[in-house]
Amino acid sequence: MLNPSGMAATPGTIKKQNQFSVVLRRLSKNSSAMIGLIVVIILVLMAIFAPLIAPYPYDKQNLLNTRKPPSAEHIMGTDELGRDIFSRIVYGSRYSLSIGFLAVLFSNLIGMTLGALAGYFGGITDDIIMRLIDIIQSIPGILLAIAISVVLGPGFINTLIALGFGAITMACRLMRASVLGIRHQEFLEAAVSNNASTFRIITRHVVPNSFAPVLVGATMSIGNVIMSAAMLSFIGLGIQPPTPEWGAMISGGRALIRSCPWMVTFPGIFIMLTVLAFNMLGDGLRDALDPKLKK
Amino acid sequence: MSALVEVKNLKKYFEVPRGMLHAVDDVSFKIESGQTMGIVGESGCGKSTLGRVIIHLLDSTDGQIFFEGKDITRASRRQLRKLREDMKIIFQDPYASLNPRFTVEQTIMEPLLISGKFSHKASSEEAERLMDMVGIDQRLRLAYPHELDGGRRQRVGIARALALNPKFIVCDEPVSALDVSIQAQVLNLLQDLQDQHQLTYMFVTHDLSVVRHISDHICVMYLGVLVETCESKELFRHPLHPYTQALISAVPTIDIHHKRERVILQGEISSPINPKPGCRFRKRCIYKAPECYQAQELVEILPQHFVACCRAKEINHL
Amino acid sequence: MTANLNSFLEIKDLVVEYTSEGSVIHAVNGVSFSLERGKTFGLVGETGAGKTSIAKAILRILPDPPAKIKNGQIFLEGEDLLKIDEKNMRKIRGRKISMIFQDPMTALNPIMKVGKQIEEVIKLHNTISSKQAREEAGKMLELVGIPGERFNDYPHQFSGGMKQRVIIAMALACNPELLLADEPTTALDVTIQAQVLEMINKLKQELGTSMIMISHNLGVVADICDDLAVVYAGEVVEMGSKAAIFDRAAHPYTTGLFAAVPTLEEEKDRLAPISGLPPDPSNLPLGCHFYPRCPIAGEECKLGKIPLIEIEAGHFCRCIKIAAMES
Repeated sequence: MLNPSGMAATPGTIKKQNQFSVVLRRLSKNSSAMIGLIVVIILVLMAIFAPLIAPYPYDKQNLLNTRKPPSAEHIMGTDELGRDIFSRIVYGSRYSLSIGFLAVLFSNLIGMTLGALAGYFGGITDDIIMRLIDIIQSIPGILLAIAISVVLGPGFINTLIALGFGAITMACRLMRASVLGIRHQEFLEAAVSNNASTFRIITRHVVPNSFAPVLVGATMSIGNVIMSAAMLSFIGLGIQPPTPEWGAMISGGRALIRSCPWMVTFPGIFIMLTVLAFNMLGDGLRDALDPKLKK
Repeated sequence: MSALVEVKNLKKYFEVPRGMLHAVDDVSFKIESGQTMGIVGESGCGKSTLGRVIIHLLDSTDGQIFFEGKDITRASRRQLRKLREDMKIIFQDPYASLNPRFTVEQTIMEPLLISGKFSHKASSEEAERLMDMVGIDQRLRLAYPHELDGGRRQRVGIARALALNPKFIVCDEPVSALDVSIQAQVLNLLQDLQDQHQLTYMFVTHDLSVVRHISDHICVMYLGVLVETCESKELFRHPLHPYTQALISAVPTIDIHHKRERVILQGEISSPINPKPGCRFRKRCIYKAPECYQAQELVEILPQHFVACCRAKEINHL
Repeated sequence: MTANLNSFLEIKDLVVEYTSEGSVIHAVNGVSFSLERGKTFGLVGETGAGKTSIAKAILRILPDPPAKIKNGQIFLEGEDLLKIDEKNMRKIRGRKISMIFQDPMTALNPIMKVGKQIEEVIKLHNTISSKQAREEAGKMLELVGIPGERFNDYPHQFSGGMKQRVIIAMALACNPELLLADEPTTALDVTIQAQVLEMINKLKQELGTSMIMISHNLGVVADICDDLAVVYAGEVVEMGSKAAIFDRAAHPYTTGLFAAVPTLEEEKDRLAPISGLPPDPSNLPLGCHFYPRCPIAGEECKLGKIPLIEIEAGHFCRCIKIAAMES
């Protein structure tokens, strides 16, 4: 409710206020965002320290001990080849998290660039880029991922491309809308009158002031990508066993869902936790980055 | 004193869905070095567009622009680079005219760094000097725009404009968004800087009191057309164009004992899109006559006092 | 405290605070003034002085949280508006008291036809048929100078000045007894401002509406108001009739404002700005709030709350130095 003219009496020496720490502080006041952040950190630690946490190697088979329910030795039971499910989940986090993160990173960088160019230059550039985006977006996300995956074949990198491709559209639209919002602000004209090159204007003036919605969209789409990866594995594309990707684990256990529910339940729970955590974090980031929102 | 800036028959049209928007239509005037030319008018008169076209933030549609006697209408890239150091602009909105993610120091240093003439260290020192010049406390060097009030933000914008010792500055409503008591501070600052650094200003505003206070000469604009121009004092002594008369009479006065004779204009400001030929002010003018349907020319009615109105002499009994 | 039964509106010791992120913003700090029926009272001050908060407090439309009316009484014809319940307040809003907000661009519903918006207001406060309401709405538009054929146009089809006139038509649709106008012409061009002010003056006379006019523009205030109060840091620092303030301004802030503004009447070589910046309402100085910027301040000005002193009949000034000089 402070009036817009700032009303500050002569302030004390302003220290360099790291924008990052300001955002972090605001984020810390949001309990659901903090829960999301903590869960994400736990998952990341789990992925990094997998060899220390997992009691067994993820591909160690024990054909005498198959389909066993959770017990003291195998706290999440064993799968159809006698492999410890808990260990597979722990190692699986590496694949799920890295696929989620990398696919979103690559698609958002591309999407952001396209969106920034479309928003800043307008005209024909905007038309061409947005029609391309329309074309990509006209194919439903999972079908697109399936189609690309079929064309490229299985494997980590190929799955990455298949999953990330659809997310380019959201990043592009978000960025473009955000850029259009500041396109006519006078500080951009000031930069032109200061002889700033177009490259400098876009990288130092336009992008830093418009990427926030994209960042938020990105954290939220990590959850989506992980789910899509699981879906791809489930239908036999993307990552294949013995790689312990959570979706592949569900896929592998689907025939036994009645008799050995733990084989699909635990990977399912972890997928759900991850998606939820990223969504809560994304929500909180959106609020923390919005300077107009005051608690 | 030769004219520092001159425009001849300058036009700027925009293509809009409904047709052609005549933002600036056949405007000509000169600004002498060290002087302040006030451009006054209401919404849609084209004053802001005019400023931006002169300093090449927008391309002109037709006509000529001269700077220091040279024709700069179509400037090459190299010429443009040099021109942009000599001709600067101060904006109206102190909030939108600063990059929210740049500190005060970064904003002021940017033109210096881009010019290539200053190292990082030298830019920093120069920024310090500029902050002193415009009256910003050094303690605010690392402040972000949202931590400053409107007046201080405007000073940052002024420091930025002065960074490379420009000769000509377009001031686009620089005090309109400020509180009254701060307006005076900034206006005084602009006048002081002009005296100290021999600056030439084109001061764009809708506020007649401000324009009278700060200008040496004034151009009155209406819907893209220059309707009257003369020396500042003269304009208020003898406003000749019916629009100027109405405009001056419309300003609310703080003299409660002498009410100005108000000319209340009827109707609205018409659209600058696809304007019909003839006087643009015709629809609202109480002196409308058949001659007003012809194109109006800027004619010297009194010495050094030009008016674009076919009935100017008649209306003013000259 | 009982109300002065002669006045139409009387505000006594109004205190409004905003709580934001732990700090308390003292927006209004003990404001008192009264308004006679049919007259126009001006509230003059700069951004953040608290003028809009006062108006919104009268209408009880302050957002709560973060705003809170901590103290005060607002008597409308003897009845304390701060004590009545919301149900009765709703009958008063729009009917007895109406408000015009500053920005005409955002005050109208963009997807509803203009005539319908006025019609809605009328129907809300009167039990009449839609047809009658529509007729009344049409009449209001004509009253503010908008041709009847524009009844079914949308807000975006109007210019800023015309939108403001529609808003005024809406505000006057139920013939309120009190009109609160918050900088109604600030966003308008000078010639349009003159039109709108002229129209407001005319309507005031025709309908006998009392008005509180908020403005930072001394010229506009001189045009429309009968009496006025100068507000600074949530307090009335000077109050009196138009003649008293414009001819014999006393408070250093008021005289500072007059000196800082360029006018068409007087030629000033150099403007005399008020030094310093407006105060931080979450951190107001003790004693006189204007002290840090005052050219005549002395040590005694820092101690304790400065009272509002009557320096001549009906002319009040919150300055102990000036009061001392006058006596």
